[in-house]
Amino acid sequence: MIDLAQTVAQNASMGESVFFWILAPIALGGAMGLVLARSAIHAALMLAITMMCLAVFYIMQSAPFLGFVQIMVYTGAIMMLFLFVLMLFGRDSKDSMFETLRGQRLLAVLLGIGLAALLASGLARAVSGMTIAADPRWATGAQTNVEAIAEALFSTYLFPFEVVSGVLTVAAVGALMFAHVAKKGGHRGQREHSRERFAPGNYPGPKPGPGVFATSDSTATPALRPDGSIEPASLSEYVPPRQLTAAESAPKHTEGRDA
Amino acid sequence: MNDPIWLMLVKGVLVFVVLVLLVLFTIWFERRVVAIMQVRPGPNRNGPFGLLQSLADGLKLAFKEDVMPRTADRVVFIAAPVIAVACAFTAFAVIPFGPEVNVFGMETELQLTDFEVSVLLILACSAVGVYGIVLAGWSSGSTYSLLGALRAAAQVISYEIALGLAVLTVFFQSQLMSTGAIVEAQAQGLPLNIAGAEITLPGWYFLVLAPSFVIFVIAMVGETNRAPFDLPEAESELVAGFATEYSSLKYASFFLAEYVNMVTMSALCVTLFLGGWAAPFPNSWWPGANEGFMPLVWFFGKVLAFLFFYVWLRGTLPRLRYDQFMRLGWKVLVPVSLVWLMVLAAMNIGLDTDNELPTRIAFAGGAAIVVMALIFFWPSRKPYEDPAEPDTGLGGFPVPPLDLAVPPNPRALRELEPANTSAVPINGSRPTDKGEEE
Repeated sequence: MIDLAQTVAQNASMGESVFFWILAPIALGGAMGLVLARSAIHAALMLAITMMCLAVFYIMQSAPFLGFVQIMVYTGAIMMLFLFVLMLFGRDSKDSMFETLRGQRLLAVLLGIGLAALLASGLARAVSGMTIAADPRWATGAQTNVEAIAEALFSTYLFPFEVVSGVLTVAAVGALMFAHVAKKGGHRGQREHSRERFAPGNYPGPKPGPGVFATSDSTATPALRPDGSIEPASLSEYVPPRQLTAAESAPKHTEGRDA
Repeated sequence: MNDPIWLMLVKGVLVFVVLVLLVLFTIWFERRVVAIMQVRPGPNRNGPFGLLQSLADGLKLAFKEDVMPRTADRVVFIAAPVIAVACAFTAFAVIPFGPEVNVFGMETELQLTDFEVSVLLILACSAVGVYGIVLAGWSSGSTYSLLGALRAAAQVISYEIALGLAVLTVFFQSQLMSTGAIVEAQAQGLPLNIAGAEITLPGWYFLVLAPSFVIFVIAMVGETNRAPFDLPEAESELVAGFATEYSSLKYASFFLAEYVNMVTMSALCVTLFLGGWAAPFPNSWWPGANEGFMPLVWFFGKVLAFLFFYVWLRGTLPRLRYDQFMRLGWKVLVPVSLVWLMVLAAMNIGLDTDNELPTRIAFAGGAAIVVMALIFFWPSRKPYEDPAEPDTGLGGFPVPPLDLAVPPNPRALRELEPANTSAVPINGSRPTDKGEEE
């Protein structure tokens, strides 16, 4: 791994290393931010930043197709779906810092470091002793990056590709099935709605809001219909109607004046 | 593209300036053209023909008070318009304006940059541009903004699929994904042998890929949130959709992004389907038409024609309802694009000259049969049948019943003062007055 990293570093051009050292901290910062952010949306945005940096890394390593597809599919489509769901949770939902299991946080940190070490060492063993191949397009005989990907996808890996697309389609249809709610009763068209509206006993016009046509703007004042009668829909069923007695409604002489 | 850095910088600044000027021009152009269509003068006060109106509006917007809601998420609230504008401007970098020219002793192409998959850059930019909309709605801390953002994002993502499928057919036909190369590929004519006569049609893809062109144009209008698909910010229905809480320069930058997107999408359509910077007539008419800086005229002429088309749509069509709009996107544009892509693949394989004649006939004929079967068996609407017996219930539909008791007018019940009654002219007496007399 170290040999490989050194060869890569020697072979990298000036511009490539400049971009690497600018973007690598941003990508790492995004990853750290994903873990540390308290708000779910901020975490998702941090992940999006990391994905964009990865896409630029792909482009730098002469895989522009992969890089742009990464932006379009992962950042543009998948992260957007995440955001959709998270946004509907409400803005005030934040992660609780309360530890429900004792020592859980310490254990999680230790296990996380252990997993990272395991993955890194496994990867290092896998790629140590490897040499950098020449430009991949020469190896497969394809002219461009896109052709090389197409050749791999539609010849060598055709069956896995088809299986994955089938699985994804089944998953999407399954999610639709779960989320779909069949409408109860038949479809009511314009004719039925209109019939109902003009049926005897129903007021055909729109319902006025509280206070409309009334003598006062107060929401406590019932709405009046154009004909002057009280619109029952504007009366709250929870507020008991109350009529002031003559004594109650008489002037109280609070201003020190005699009537 | 092996330009020195100073030339790249000059090109970058030029692209930016051209875009900003085009946006200022487009706003004025839109207002004037819509005004002419509605038989009124339109903006004509600031500058010659009112040309400086959009500049004045922009300055006014910039100097307005910048309000940030107390519940807003500060960082994201500021970042959202920046994302929208940055994505809009970046996408224009790969649009070719013209062929190779000689500037200051340097051979260079009239294009900021080009690479193997440059069309994907535009699609990626429009995908990331959605973040600007969604984050603007969410960070405002207002339910109206959030709902507006969801509407807008759902619209853009839905129409991106149809747009991508239309672009895919261009990749398919040209076997290229670079804007410059696609323009060059369209320069070759399409030789046809009709009844012994040799005719060379222009190789522009709007002829070869006519269904894709139509789908692209429809999806492009949906993608840029323009009338008749301007549901996210329908000014007569919503306040400003996702931008409800924005003001001043931040609000102006959303406007800027929208108009830049309009210009970019027009330029992309011209590049992919209308021959890019090529002159709109055969090369033999005027051999020098496609050399030097002349193609700039053709390119911007085509882009302006598209911008006029946008304005024309806005002046003509009423806004769609949201469910109609979604149905058009998912149930019409996407399936038609998919079927057309399959048919195109079959035709291309079938007409390949390497094949035996029976294979060619089988593939091309099969594709033609699929198209014909689709046209023939397409589920059409039931034709209208007159009802067997007239609808007499409640006096018919949708008229109120004839025996409807009209309630007395409250104004007629009120006792009018003699002065008021005499003020009403006898000839112009209204029904209320009649009620009074009775």
